[in-house]
Amino acid sequence: MSFDDEPLPGDNLPILPGHTSPGRFERVLRAGHFAVTAEIAPPDSADPNDVFERAALFDGYVDAINATDSSGANCHMSSMGICSLLTRRGYAMILQQSCRDRNRIAMQGDLLGAAAMGVCNVLCLSGDGVQSGDHPEAKPVFDMDSISALTMVRTMRDEQQFLSGRSISAPPRLFLGAAANPFAPPLDFRPHRMAKKIAAGAQFIQTQYCFDIDRMKTFMAQARDLGLLEKVFVLAGVGPLASAKAADWIRKNVAGVHIPDAVIARLSGAEDQKQEGVNLCIDLIEQVREIEGISGVHIMAYRMEDRIGEIVSRSNALDSRAPWQPAN
Amino acid sequence: MKSVRLWSIRQSRWLNLLYEGLEATLTLLNPLLKRIGYERLDKPFAAIERTVKGFLFDSQSCGQCTLGSTGMACPMNCPKTLRNGPCGGVRQNGGCEIKPEMTCVWVNAWQGSQQIGNIEETIKVIQPPVDNRLKGRSAWLRALRLRTGSKV
Repeated sequence: MSFDDEPLPGDNLPILPGHTSPGRFERVLRAGHFAVTAEIAPPDSADPNDVFERAALFDGYVDAINATDSSGANCHMSSMGICSLLTRRGYAMILQQSCRDRNRIAMQGDLLGAAAMGVCNVLCLSGDGVQSGDHPEAKPVFDMDSISALTMVRTMRDEQQFLSGRSISAPPRLFLGAAANPFAPPLDFRPHRMAKKIAAGAQFIQTQYCFDIDRMKTFMAQARDLGLLEKVFVLAGVGPLASAKAADWIRKNVAGVHIPDAVIARLSGAEDQKQEGVNLCIDLIEQVREIEGISGVHIMAYRMEDRIGEIVSRSNALDSRAPWQPAN
Repeated sequence: MKSVRLWSIRQSRWLNLLYEGLEATLTLLNPLLKRIGYERLDKPFAAIERTVKGFLFDSQSCGQCTLGSTGMACPMNCPKTLRNGPCGGVRQNGGCEIKPEMTCVWVNAWQGSQQIGNIEETIKVIQPPVDNRLKGRSAWLRALRLRTGSKV
């Protein structure tokens, strides 16, 4: 959707009263729309066209794009680079910033640079351990953690100063996000951890892949009892699984992804497993929408980005709303 | 040592009481300690802490102890040194993402905190990032100075 005060691509929108960022993602959520975000696959190349082509797959289907920060500790084009290229064309970007590779000096510098380039949203993550990636011999930094990083960004934005106390003349106007994993132990601690993230400044949450609706319902009910639902927009993480074999591999090897046996059984019983993975994703979107407090979905379609259009249209996640897309 | 560390988590309730007792004693002794000089005492105190906390909790001597807030589990044993709660990578059996054979530090911390029964004032409080200059220094003397309003 375009707004009346639509700027030139690359320029920001005016900040509305009660908003913290000049971005379209915050506007969509605060207007009460069911929001759709998706994760872009970062290329292993220095060719900007690789980024533009991958982003174009989402045109007309998503409200904002997450640029991952070498997720799984595998090296790819940086989230900064991707955001830099795509904000120029007007895309609403969510800069993922993990604590794994940079200390507080680098992180704060990047936040100023990102905001200057038109990034309006940041997702603060602790980050996957270096052991899970292609450079297990690298030095893990973890100078901050996701929660202290949130307080850092909020201090920069609201108090206009660095962690050191030195002042910032023009603060980064960022809409602040964090991750939550309702599916990993200690389960009872998870809602409290989300509460901590909200207290630290998180305004939106994107969850880990949800394949277990009952667990998600329990988590959201606990969040409601803690009074969190009025304070934050929760986007449920979803994604298509390519096959039963892939799903089994993911649950054994990818940290923090919980896939129940019933999901594997449904996939292995299907004639076209890839299509069934898409169907399952659509079913999950319809089910999470029914849960109180879910404000949108975050689609992580690893190596299946070309199916996002089908997932969004068939699930009617956008309620026939047409998100902004670049003019051709 | 793993067995001692896990024993300490199970005993978190009274170890926490012991810790509070130690805190009170040090506060009583504060005028004396102040006269001797905190700087002069830092090395011997740090050595005692390294031995005692190292034995009981596998403490990593960060110099800004959170044991009382983390159910007597030292968060610096987390391979990501997370001080505000578990990452999203904890395995379904409670194992650490990075060292699967180790129980997640925060699974222990959550258990320990519940035994102590003070989660509102402890594990739910946001911890600031580590001050890396304090590594190896005495956390007890630092806490004492913070509590008594002396210069840190």
